[in-house]
Amino acid sequence: MTGYTEKIREIAARLLTEGKVDRVIGFRKGTVPMMNQPHYVTSPAMAVELIWDSHCGLNLANYVTDSKERIGIVAKGCDSRNLVTHIIENKIKRDQLVIIGVPCTGMVDRNKVCARVEGEITSVEETDDAITVSGNGFSKTIAKTDVLRENCAVCTHRNPVIHDEMVGEPVAEQTGVDAYASVKKVEALSPEEKWNYFEDLISTCIRCYACRNACPLCYCPTCFVDESRPQWVGKSQDPIDVRTFHLLRAYHCAGRCTDCGACETACPMGIKVREFTKKLNKDCFELYGWEAGLTLDKRPPLDVYKTDDPDDFIR
Amino acid sequence: MRIDQIITETEDKSLKTFKFVFIRPEDEEKFAYRAGQFAELSVPGLGEIPIGIASSPTEKGFVKFTIFKTGKVTSHLHAMREGEIMGIRGPLGHPYPWETLAGKNIVIIGGGFAFTTLRSSIIFMTDPANRSKFKDIHVIYGARSPGMLLYKEELKSWAERDDMNMHITVDGTDDPDWKYHKGFVPAITEKFAPPADADTYAIICGPPIMIKFTQPVLDNLGYSHDNIIMSLENRMKCGIGICGRCNIGKDLVCKDGPVFTLSQLNAMPKEY
Amino acid sequence: MKLIKIDKKSLKEGIDKLKRTHSVFGPVREKDEFEFKALGDADMPDFSFSNTRMSPKAIVYPQTQLMFTYSLNDADDDCRILKEVPMDERPRAVIGIRPCDALAFPLVRRNFDTPEYQDTFWVRTYEATTFVGLACNEPCATCFCTSAGTGPFGKEGLDVLLVEDGDDFFAEPLTPKGESLLETAGWTTEAGGGAEEKITSMAAAANEHITSAVSFDNIKKREILELYDAPFWEEEAISCINCGTCTYVCPTCWCFDIQDETFGKSGVRMRNWDSCMSPLFTLHASGHNPRTKKHERVRQRFMHKLKYYVDKYDNGIQCVGCGRCVRLCPVNIDIRSICNKMNNFDPEACKCEVASS
Repeated sequence: MTGYTEKIREIAARLLTEGKVDRVIGFRKGTVPMMNQPHYVTSPAMAVELIWDSHCGLNLANYVTDSKERIGIVAKGCDSRNLVTHIIENKIKRDQLVIIGVPCTGMVDRNKVCARVEGEITSVEETDDAITVSGNGFSKTIAKTDVLRENCAVCTHRNPVIHDEMVGEPVAEQTGVDAYASVKKVEALSPEEKWNYFEDLISTCIRCYACRNACPLCYCPTCFVDESRPQWVGKSQDPIDVRTFHLLRAYHCAGRCTDCGACETACPMGIKVREFTKKLNKDCFELYGWEAGLTLDKRPPLDVYKTDDPDDFIR
Repeated sequence: MRIDQIITETEDKSLKTFKFVFIRPEDEEKFAYRAGQFAELSVPGLGEIPIGIASSPTEKGFVKFTIFKTGKVTSHLHAMREGEIMGIRGPLGHPYPWETLAGKNIVIIGGGFAFTTLRSSIIFMTDPANRSKFKDIHVIYGARSPGMLLYKEELKSWAERDDMNMHITVDGTDDPDWKYHKGFVPAITEKFAPPADADTYAIICGPPIMIKFTQPVLDNLGYSHDNIIMSLENRMKCGIGICGRCNIGKDLVCKDGPVFTLSQLNAMPKEY
Repeated sequence: MKLIKIDKKSLKEGIDKLKRTHSVFGPVREKDEFEFKALGDADMPDFSFSNTRMSPKAIVYPQTQLMFTYSLNDADDDCRILKEVPMDERPRAVIGIRPCDALAFPLVRRNFDTPEYQDTFWVRTYEATTFVGLACNEPCATCFCTSAGTGPFGKEGLDVLLVEDGDDFFAEPLTPKGESLLETAGWTTEAGGGAEEKITSMAAAANEHITSAVSFDNIKKREILELYDAPFWEEEAISCINCGTCTYVCPTCWCFDIQDETFGKSGVRMRNWDSCMSPLFTLHASGHNPRTKKHERVRQRFMHKLKYYVDKYDNGIQCVGCGRCVRLCPVNIDIRSICNKMNNFDPEACKCEVASS
């Protein structure tokens, strides 16, 4: 993935010089270690501000919803699937986008990195396989595979499914990973254990809605938690309301979520929000053979009705 | 307070005037207010709404509010009946600057249902105890049609008074018996507002579009921005300057306003 | 007031004594991070932290606070009459708060305690709380407290300042409340000679550690509208996702929402933290919204913190340099760069650019 930066800059500058897009959406280097900031580049001269490294975990498809402009967008495998979903759901038109595809070997989870060192990390360097973090009096090199984000560790769609440009050769897709291993662990728990597991999971939630706002799928003009007539969900820290938010949001993402992990990356409290959505992805996969955003030619199963749809769960 | 009386003001039933009576008489004394202030009407179970006080402090024994049906609390209020109980917090905000306005000519310009605190002001000024404290009083009030005017009976009686100049206007009407003006408030203001001088103040309260077109008229007539007084609104919750929601720049509409002069507003961000 | 020395080994004994008369709060581990929590009988504060993830403002100002209860049962005498929820006014002690978070309280008090109105929920809880601070020997790279009105050994907002020194703590009582707490805990051993000099040199060393700074002297001089109409807001707001992270982790943010929640025939009126980042924050019932656009909301937050508060209270910015928003913003919007951008902004320069192009 090193070397992508130059390519992204070159493509962005070219697209803007040729007037093919009004702006290019990518990342620029963050002001704190292991963070990058989504960034718009609107002129060829600004293209040098774009970078790419293993801390580009947010989903840039979040920024094109309902846009009327022509946009160049840097997209890894999961992001490209969200762009497909956006197109199918009429949130953007295919011809508005120039998709700069990034074959991705996974993004690093900065919480995992911090947990492996004592002390504050003040600088970060990386190679293709490893990340070296340094602070006051320490320096440690960690294999990236040891600190990948959980969704990246089980990802089987690393290459963009649609693209207009590519910044590198496609990477080998992972085989033999059980994408739903974490879900199966929870499914195996007893009801009481499950209850405690989820209570513990969302115990630190502060209702900031970073997960919802970072998610490209959450684009309702008025989210169900913000409705007041009638008011479906309370706004307080009442555990009932916190649970309702997370569970219902997951259901609204069912069949659409690409497991891009932006929700977990965005959460300031480090909550593993994907535990909810991943289960629904598994259900969609097992019931309808569906994974979101792989092709523009099919509509999602929860969007269509066929007479032979499974219905043994309707009692 | 207890709802004493509900009057439907407008033909489309979107506006109702509520007359509230305090359950405990000493609360009425504690609620001593001045024209231009507002109060938070509180309906337990639903919430609170900030509404300008329509009655004048010279009217004793009750307080009146005219409420537009637009949201959760207002819809519930509209469905309430005489005799029911609800709450009030106030008076809140700054009133119109009555000390400055004493001894001056006052031009009141109002549109639609923003006229409530202006009613309070008119009744206050024309009360026998107060009338002599002000010089000429002009009122220009307009609504979309005759059926949408507020306080119709009172408007008629004000038009018949000889100690104030009342100009009632509607945007348009098919009524052949319509005695008053036809035309938008800015146009009527241009025709009938008194000339500007240091002793003449304008109080404007109305929808943004009315204010947008009335202000140039006053500018052309030479009104200084210190002499143009406006009452703003914004989304509020606490009403006492603590929850931080209603700010425009560094000023809070609930606590530093809602009354501002145009000079003050010109120095504030246009976030309203 | 004399400097006290507390042997780390006798810390537990003192805190146990405090627990008899106070609700004691301190930093404890929560999964991978630290948070301020009420300490149970067996709990001790864990000082092996730089700072907690959430600020301790929730100790005085909880995220959800019940204010009133009411009955909607027509058969009740007090139907629809709001009744105040009794407050817990027992004395509280916060042990281990950092100077930046401590400064936030008097800063926020200016909003909750004014000559005209006082928020009794906040003020009464605040006045019942004694703040025992812990000086920072090793500030973080994202700390900029020294340019935000305090420092790693700052004293404002504290009743006692603890300084960690090997096996001991120095404890400097700063207020009568602080002295009284030290006595209640039995921490009365005076520190020996040389202690003051030691603390001064440790403070200087800690200040050297601060690498981050903001300047706002020019922001103060500008007119509000000059900064408000500046052209850089749209660009700065691009990545913002309008969540509430910055406002909720910030020790100096105070905006709240008031809601009624009814269950059957009875209910509560409560207040919850709210965020100006939310599009709903300024939405009128009519549907009009003064801040529909994202950059308008982002601008509001930074103008409020760095300009409106400065103009209103003439006492520095509404920021204590704790760095939480910098570390936790999902999209890395950095208040330090925005503050410096606002400070360097020259409206005249912009006008010249426009004229020449």
